[in-house]
Amino acid sequence: MAGLSNLTLHETADRLARGECTSEDLVRDLVAAIEQRDGKVGAYVWVNVEDALARAREADAARLGGDRRPLLGIPLAVKDVLNVKDQPCACGSRILKGYVSPYDATAIARLREQGAVFLGRTNMDEFAMGSTTENSALGVTRNPWDLARVPGGSSGGSAAAVAAGEALAALGTDTGGSVRQPASFCGCVGLKPSYGRVSRFGLTAYASSLDQIGPMTRDVRDAAMLLQAMAGRDPRDSSSVEIPVPDYSASLRNDLNGMKLGLPREYFIAGTDPEVERAVRAAVEQCRALGAEFVEISLPHTPYAIATYYVVATAEASANLARFDGVRYGARVEGEDPIDMYGKTRAAGFGREVKRRIILGTYVLSSGYYDAYYLRAQKVRTLIRGDFEKAFAGCDAILTPVVPTPAYRIGEKADDPLQMYLGDIFTVTANLAGICGLSVPCGFAGAGLPVGLQILGPAFKEENILRVGYAYEQSTEWHLRKPNLES
Amino acid sequence: MTDTFRDDASRLDVRYVAHLARLHLSDEEAAVFQPQLEQVLGYVRELGALDVEGVEPTAHAFPVQNVFRDDEVRPGLDHEAAMKNAPQERQGQFIVPKIIE
Repeated sequence: MAGLSNLTLHETADRLARGECTSEDLVRDLVAAIEQRDGKVGAYVWVNVEDALARAREADAARLGGDRRPLLGIPLAVKDVLNVKDQPCACGSRILKGYVSPYDATAIARLREQGAVFLGRTNMDEFAMGSTTENSALGVTRNPWDLARVPGGSSGGSAAAVAAGEALAALGTDTGGSVRQPASFCGCVGLKPSYGRVSRFGLTAYASSLDQIGPMTRDVRDAAMLLQAMAGRDPRDSSSVEIPVPDYSASLRNDLNGMKLGLPREYFIAGTDPEVERAVRAAVEQCRALGAEFVEISLPHTPYAIATYYVVATAEASANLARFDGVRYGARVEGEDPIDMYGKTRAAGFGREVKRRIILGTYVLSSGYYDAYYLRAQKVRTLIRGDFEKAFAGCDAILTPVVPTPAYRIGEKADDPLQMYLGDIFTVTANLAGICGLSVPCGFAGAGLPVGLQILGPAFKEENILRVGYAYEQSTEWHLRKPNLES
Repeated sequence: MTDTFRDDASRLDVRYVAHLARLHLSDEEAAVFQPQLEQVLGYVRELGALDVEGVEPTAHAFPVQNVFRDDEVRPGLDHEAAMKNAPQERQGQFIVPKIIE
């Protein structure tokens, strides 16, 4: 068998249904692709060969018995921050070395109910803190389009695995752009659902009011398929919302007639790479040709979004990461007393970016500074939400670049945290506002580096952004290009 | 408000804050983090330029309140599974350094 590892999920499902391949063939092809390429790319931190093959054979047997579940026997890659029962979950950190998940995250359990097989775990910035995957304690991940460059982050391993043909699709998580940005850097599709659309139960928390799990796929139909399986209220996550989940595939059509799309002037600014801007502008024209009407809009508080994000996210992170103290799980460094043990364990277990964010978050929550930083940031967050509410009163979705530049060189920003943070300018706003966002390939910059188009939609209107993304994608061929990893 | 902001950077003592977070820092880390975090705080201080008088803070993007569930006994993680990742364990309990003499 050859070539199965480059299929989309829906093509795979069709072939399985027609009996043209088996789930075991799929797993074998993917494992062969991983063995061939992952030495260069470094997308995975752990691959589940024997168990995945056993599950694939079970799925093949079930299919012969008439089982027609949509994801039956389909292998997926999972970011190392989501708990899959009996698999490691290190979150890119030394502090969770050797940890084995005792339960499934709800999103995982729902995919499992649909028949999915969990093939392996992908690399990430430690605890999802970063934009390059360089902050992983478990190894380097390279961009399949240019091995001297980063895949983006924090879900860099998931994006690289999909781009390199080492996974059919993968799960990522997005707190400030960590699904959309690596999707843009690696030329795949990345969806951040609205806050509350997908349960966060079993997602190791970074910033609880911003985190969402999202699919990273080869096309928009696949993203819709995975969202369909994961979305909906979960009693184990009180922030998941009781809003009916529509049939997302019904929103996929080939035109944009009647759609009104907004272009925010604050997202087309000096400092954006001219080739990125050109690609996004061309995508806008393509959407116009597909029947969309455009309106200029303003999101005036955009210049304050990065500052707001890095206060809110680090504050929540400092509280969430307090659980890593060497008592119940993970690594431990012995100390004279519990306080000493906590300090030494955390010193040895966490990397630099995590330490920086814990210190910053602790500071903005500390007595005397809470009002000046944290409370103020929460108020600015209200203003940013309000910007989007006003904008969406006059349009169905908003088009912007995902990132101001194509993928960074490895090491380029490693010692300059503020410069790194500023690269998140176009993505953090969706998390702060709780709205949904999609990254779709829209061209290439420089020597063949992918560029993404960001499509933002109102909260719980994923069907809007999927419709725009699908119609655009199907009228172009950017998503069909593959990196050359043979040389 | 502006005055509070002006004084802040000089008052960020990374060693002290790291101690609050139960995080030991090496001398080298403290020396690297101090200017980096002062720079980030300098940037964050731009929030002080905005008028937020009368604006309600957002804690969650989609406000939900008082989420209740039925008070029913349901199976949870069993004891053995919960102890499986313990760094040090004895008789089903987590071992920690002595707290009281």
